[in-house]
Amino acid sequence: MEELNALFGGFAVALSAYHILLMVIGITLGVIIGVLPGLGGANGVAILLPLTFTMPPTSAIILLTSIYWGALFGGAITSILFNIPGEPWSVATTFDGHPMAQNGKADEALVGAFTSSFIGAIFAVALITFLAPVVAKFALKFGPAEFFAVQFLTFASFIGMGRGSAMKTVASMCLGFALASVGLDNVTGTLRMTFGQDELLNGFKFLVAVIGLFGIGEILSSMEDGLKFNGATAKLRMDAVIRTWKQLPRMWMTFIRSCIVGCWMGITPGGATPASFMGYGIAKRLSKRGDNFGKGELEGVVAPETAAHAAGTAALLPMLTLGIPGSPTAAVLLGGLLIWGLQPGPLLFVEQKDFVWGLIASMYLGNVVGLIMVLTCVPLFAAILRVPFSIIAPAIVFVCAIGAYTVNNAMFDVWMMLVFGIMGYLFNKLRYPLPPLVLALVLGDQAESSFRQAMLVSQGNVGIFWSNWLCGGIMTLGVVMAFWPALQALRNKFAGNGAVARAA
Amino acid sequence: MSSNEEAEGRPLVSYRTLDIAVTFFFLIVCAIVTVDSVRLGIAWKPNEGPMPGLFPFYMVLAMGIASLFNLWRALPQSEEGSETAVTSVGLGRMAAIFVPAVIFVLATNYIGIYVSATIYIGAFMIFFGKFPIWKAAAVSLGIAIVNFMMFEVWFLVPLPKGPLEAALGY
Amino acid sequence: MIRRGTFKATGIAGVLAASAGLASPALAQGWEPVKPVTLVIPAGTGGGADQMARFVQGVVQKHNLMKQPLIVINKGGGAGAEGFLEMKASANDPHKIAITLSNLFTTPLGTGSPFNWKDMKPVSMLALDQFVLWVNVEKPYKTAKEYVDAVKAGEDRQFKMGGTGSKQEDQIVTAAIEQQTGGKKFTYVPYAGGGQVAVQLVGNHVDSTVNNPIEAVGQWRAAQLRPLCIFDAQRSTYTQKVTDKEAWSDIPTCKESGLPVEYQMLRGIFTTKNATPAQVNYYVELFKKVMATPDWKEFMEKGAFNQTSMSGADFDKWLVSAEALHADLMKKAGFLATQ
Repeated sequence: MEELNALFGGFAVALSAYHILLMVIGITLGVIIGVLPGLGGANGVAILLPLTFTMPPTSAIILLTSIYWGALFGGAITSILFNIPGEPWSVATTFDGHPMAQNGKADEALVGAFTSSFIGAIFAVALITFLAPVVAKFALKFGPAEFFAVQFLTFASFIGMGRGSAMKTVASMCLGFALASVGLDNVTGTLRMTFGQDELLNGFKFLVAVIGLFGIGEILSSMEDGLKFNGATAKLRMDAVIRTWKQLPRMWMTFIRSCIVGCWMGITPGGATPASFMGYGIAKRLSKRGDNFGKGELEGVVAPETAAHAAGTAALLPMLTLGIPGSPTAAVLLGGLLIWGLQPGPLLFVEQKDFVWGLIASMYLGNVVGLIMVLTCVPLFAAILRVPFSIIAPAIVFVCAIGAYTVNNAMFDVWMMLVFGIMGYLFNKLRYPLPPLVLALVLGDQAESSFRQAMLVSQGNVGIFWSNWLCGGIMTLGVVMAFWPALQALRNKFAGNGAVARAA
Repeated sequence: MSSNEEAEGRPLVSYRTLDIAVTFFFLIVCAIVTVDSVRLGIAWKPNEGPMPGLFPFYMVLAMGIASLFNLWRALPQSEEGSETAVTSVGLGRMAAIFVPAVIFVLATNYIGIYVSATIYIGAFMIFFGKFPIWKAAAVSLGIAIVNFMMFEVWFLVPLPKGPLEAALGY
Repeated sequence: MIRRGTFKATGIAGVLAASAGLASPALAQGWEPVKPVTLVIPAGTGGGADQMARFVQGVVQKHNLMKQPLIVINKGGGAGAEGFLEMKASANDPHKIAITLSNLFTTPLGTGSPFNWKDMKPVSMLALDQFVLWVNVEKPYKTAKEYVDAVKAGEDRQFKMGGTGSKQEDQIVTAAIEQQTGGKKFTYVPYAGGGQVAVQLVGNHVDSTVNNPIEAVGQWRAAQLRPLCIFDAQRSTYTQKVTDKEAWSDIPTCKESGLPVEYQMLRGIFTTKNATPAQVNYYVELFKKVMATPDWKEFMEKGAFNQTSMSGADFDKWLVSAEALHADLMKKAGFLATQ
């Protein structure tokens, strides 16, 4: 119960009018940052960092983490409304979120996304509150082989999800891997597939590809069908929150599964992006309504959002206790901690009790304040869809161009965005699934690096992946997941053929 | 790519043609990556594991095989394959947003992203949204100025700028 | 503004100014930025260079040292080649400066990127970042000598060295150590960032690292990692206790523990090639002001930096010899680009 006392002490620190005001400011900024693909959490935090030099560290971190929460909430908005994921972990949200918007249920999708983000985050904060020391030790067990096992599991849980041609899925995923390999090879320091072109040094960044494939591709498709966005005619009703919340309790299993997946991936540190994909994949496979996923199912929004935010929140734990940033935003936050004279690392929880518990309390409060703020704004967000298409379409191209440019500050990426746009349109038309491509692009080089690091460690012995229980267990689970569709087909066959076989 | 607005939905491209074209795109990517992978080495070094080219090589190998399969599936004339994928009207509409987008990106190099975007959004509103000029000018200027404040002034994210911004001291 | 700054700088960093062979004060008044200055970081977010650059940005804003804003951007593609090529391409824009790390030398040599530090104009050296040999505290090695002996006695490639990136500073230091281990090599495992390397060592996934002090100080204080030696000619000058018993100055140099290897990493500022002496001088003065702030002193101490700083001809000379040193080390280690 020591933790509870400490936590109440933390609430006493965090719960002041000044701090609540800081939260409101931070979350507003965060939502703006999350909505615009050209601004990342790192921008917001970096800009505000100098302002915080004069504040006490606890106030400063409350302001800065509020931006983080705001950005997490905000990422879902453009995914649902325009099929443009502003952040990597919002990609899986588009799969059902955007179809929902096209069916005129944008408000329900938004409420569902915000609520499940909140639940995921709160679950993870509770975990941090009570299990931080235990969990931090667990993260230390992860070496290259374990990282690869986690990444393998992510791919495995996603295989066989797409509808349509299996060969098109393979082609699409492998294209993602090929694109991910462009640029500097982390393991040997050699340049790959750059052919002497300076523009290719950076490789194909996820955000450029996603803005093009999803955002520009969607605009092209909408234009082809006529000058409108589907769902623009949706009636705005003010009871969206109640209407959506009524549907949520029956998805309790999805919530629990996604929370666990998210916390696991956040701590291990797999990250929020694989967590969202895995959450979606598992829900699709195990949910009763799994067959409807991809057509605009609320559960398909809930699953990835819960997992992503549980992971995003849980990822702050390794940052605080081990000093490893889980994301660029966390990296800038880490820099902030150093400037305020706080050294992240194992001793932070011991030496800076007030700061740490103030921060944890602010995680609870920040998420509550954030949820209230974004829920009240749902009608406003949904109303964006009513802006005439001839304004919104070029404006989206403009904002996408800014987003692509800011990734590397290069015009080349803006051109690539247009090329990816045509690709996205064609792939949609010909039923090449995009999610495997995106997943491979995000995780491809990480998975390859982990695999090769593991090979260096084991001197080229593949047996390392089954050298201990943790790693072997995850790998075996991955293999089972990968062959799950085949196993299920086999079982069905046996069940169906059983009688015949016996008769014969 | 001319925007032929008047045509009455003349079929332009069938699914079959499009499918074949895309598999060729995959095969070209496959060839390019294979060349560089082989240069980097696709062997499994003792003590070290895969060389830099091994992963990309086997990935595009799988992609190539899958694409050949897709090509084989797409080649025969079929009812589904000969359905129209793109009509002239559809292509015209897409060109209406895409061609100006290309010009917009091109112009960004010379006059900066803000001026370029103002013209792009304004022109699109006038020609395709049939907005009166004053409305189009107000909205497009507004969007550009809001973005300018947001990126250049507030968040200090430098975007491509042209002579106008330079004259204003940015 | 400038005159006051010059005065302050001569007061505090007078020795440096004298040694740097400054241009005349008349030149210093000649130029000031007329638009925002971009600070290019040839590395990703979160690393040592990034931390330092963002810290500089913070100090400049906090003490109001510039009239125009200072904008920080990361261009870390191709081991920093992207950032350097950007500097090379904008040779005529004096509103760009870059902060460098060792990839200033290692990237052109290791990847064959068409770039050399002479494509930029050196402004000043801010500090030198140290390297320390770390092992897990659970391991029996108490000194660098014991550890090197264990490597010598073990099998080839048995000991694993974790580090940041490939063919960069960490691997160069590793290669330099390998020259002292009787032909026994390490298995060098490259990771994405310094923080991750330290954690991998705590988790016993590698046997040793050459982390910068700031990357591993948290784990040292928590008694998870043990510093064996520092790769500098002299011991660190920071005598304040970092852990219960030890200060940075208590770490012996590698040389005195029988491992004659020295290596430090440049944290320097460059501007574009065609900058005039007046423009270069503006930046020299600016960074003198930055280095004179108490915030900077504190930052230096926290990261146990070697506070050597220089500019002008001295810095040029230092760069020439450092480049030769890197070329030599990388050639011996076989890291030069082959294409």
